[in-house]
Amino acid sequence: MLHYIGRRLLQLIPVLLGMTFIVFMIIRAIPGDPAQVILGQQASEEAIKALRTNLGLDNPWYIQYFDYLKGLVTGDLGESLRTRTPVVDEVWPYLAATIELSLFAIIIAVIIGINAVIISAWFQNSWFDYLAMIIALIGVSMPIFWLGLMNQWIFSIELGILPTTGRENVRDPVDVITGFYVIDTLIAGDFNQLSTVLKHLVLPGTALATIPMAIIARMTRSSMLEVMRSDYVRTARSKGLSMFWVVYKHALKNAIIPVLTIIGLQMGLLLGGAILTETIFGWPGIGRYIYEAIGFRDYPVIQSGILIVAFIFVMINLFVDLLYGLVDPRIKYD
Amino acid sequence: MAETAIKQEQAEMQKVAGPWKEAWRGFRKSKVAVVGMGIVIFFILLAIFGPLLTPQGINEQNLSQRLMPPSSSNWMGTDDFGRDILSRVVYGARISLWVGFLAVIGSVVVGSILGILAGYYGRWVDTIISRIFDIMLAFPSILLAIAVVSVLGPSLRNALIAIAIINVPNFGRLIRSKVLSIKEDEYIMSAKAIGMKDNRILVSHILPNSMAPVIVQGTLAIATAIIEAAALGFLGLGAQAPSPEWGKMLADSRSYLTNAPWTMIFPGVAIMLTVLGFNLMGDGLRDALDPRMKS
Repeated sequence: MLHYIGRRLLQLIPVLLGMTFIVFMIIRAIPGDPAQVILGQQASEEAIKALRTNLGLDNPWYIQYFDYLKGLVTGDLGESLRTRTPVVDEVWPYLAATIELSLFAIIIAVIIGINAVIISAWFQNSWFDYLAMIIALIGVSMPIFWLGLMNQWIFSIELGILPTTGRENVRDPVDVITGFYVIDTLIAGDFNQLSTVLKHLVLPGTALATIPMAIIARMTRSSMLEVMRSDYVRTARSKGLSMFWVVYKHALKNAIIPVLTIIGLQMGLLLGGAILTETIFGWPGIGRYIYEAIGFRDYPVIQSGILIVAFIFVMINLFVDLLYGLVDPRIKYD
Repeated sequence: MAETAIKQEQAEMQKVAGPWKEAWRGFRKSKVAVVGMGIVIFFILLAIFGPLLTPQGINEQNLSQRLMPPSSSNWMGTDDFGRDILSRVVYGARISLWVGFLAVIGSVVVGSILGILAGYYGRWVDTIISRIFDIMLAFPSILLAIAVVSVLGPSLRNALIAIAIINVPNFGRLIRSKVLSIKEDEYIMSAKAIGMKDNRILVSHILPNSMAPVIVQGTLAIATAIIEAAALGFLGLGAQAPSPEWGKMLADSRSYLTNAPWTMIFPGVAIMLTVLGFNLMGDGLRDALDPRMKS
């Protein structure tokens, strides 16, 4: 196992180098003089010159890239042109917000998606089965930003039961400890605040969860059906075990492996979808951080934001790969 | 006697349908797939002929009729400039399908070239191309699209280029794996043995035989491309005002959710239905063309 982890980490090196190169190229690929483009037509000669030096644009590209890598290794992600703060110092609250939202979404997606599949497989060809599959089919085709707006319109504006935007009640801000507000309110023991934080999570969380949920439901149905028809499930049933026990204790364990792959793949979609969801719901996450940086042509933030998200995505996929072995002991890493 | 036998044999041969006819037969069997194709054809016809039939011009403003709810004169209501939403949604079909098709054609062409080169020549060519694909796939796709547009500048054309670029590795990998399996087939060996040149083998044998999965993947990719283009439009990185692009229309509707939700509902339904159509059709095609991919 350790050998396998080592090999996988080694294989990651060229991918990570390639990723940094693509991200490095973002500024260099701007047509014309990047410093001029970033600062606009009105900028003075001195300002442009200063920015060129700051971005290292006067050196040959390979030296620039090497410097960039050297910076990354020492934790230097560049400095925001807008706030004049090092990216590494200001990125965590945004990142924590996105991680909290994505985890919430994936938990909803897995719980509802898998249970829908179990009931569907249990009552195959029933009205529930058909309904669940039709909803799943529509769910896959749903533009997340439209779903977000519909959620906002129905539940915030029409019914008034959930907040429209933000992450907390601005008049009663959360005392930030970890950056994950659910945890922070639990640490503070403030259940009123916890309820507010959870309410803020519901709309963006369900919007973000819909597509992964639909995909989980569609992809696991066949593996669940297969497991339900297998001999050991029949044996367990004939032993007199209740259907509930058979499904949740025996069948689910074996049907879960393809679900893991899907969750791994969905994290990319989720992190990408977070940019759209965060824009709609005013969620102060990394997607919004990047999005706002684009508006200000804050290229160091765009670069580092994209690199961070891509890095997380790659690491999640690695983690999911390693998790297979724990869930399914038949898989051996040689 | 011999003549009847030959005639019978010819009749038998005619009965055996070609692969495309067989695929069509399989495709027709799935009602869901046929519904999907119906939706796609409807939107294609809408994109071609719709703008000729719309009640108003797409940018025709009528400020006295701002944000009017759906009525007999404006079936989908009007937006904040008093423009007819139905007319704009219909014209939006042209933009979305255009972007969807062009972006996917772009990815298929570039992906096929790279995939064939990697699969057929192998060695360092394969290593370089495959590693580039790996790196591109390591980014969440919409993020890569945003990166490309942030460099090229926001516009519909640049959004199209970005979407085409991010989908290249999907097709490239698909073709590469197909080429790897085909190139060991006997007919390729025989083509090589009779001295056929590489480029002729690639164009007249390997390419046509790799097409089935590309058609399936392409149909599904159009659905994704339409959503991605709308997403970029929604973020203000794709089509710009006053274009009636669906994503852009949704972005504009955000300020009027409280008093004019119809400005948001109809463009969204249009995106969802188009994407649903392509998804259903793609699923049907997959089952018909490539039974091994059947889930």
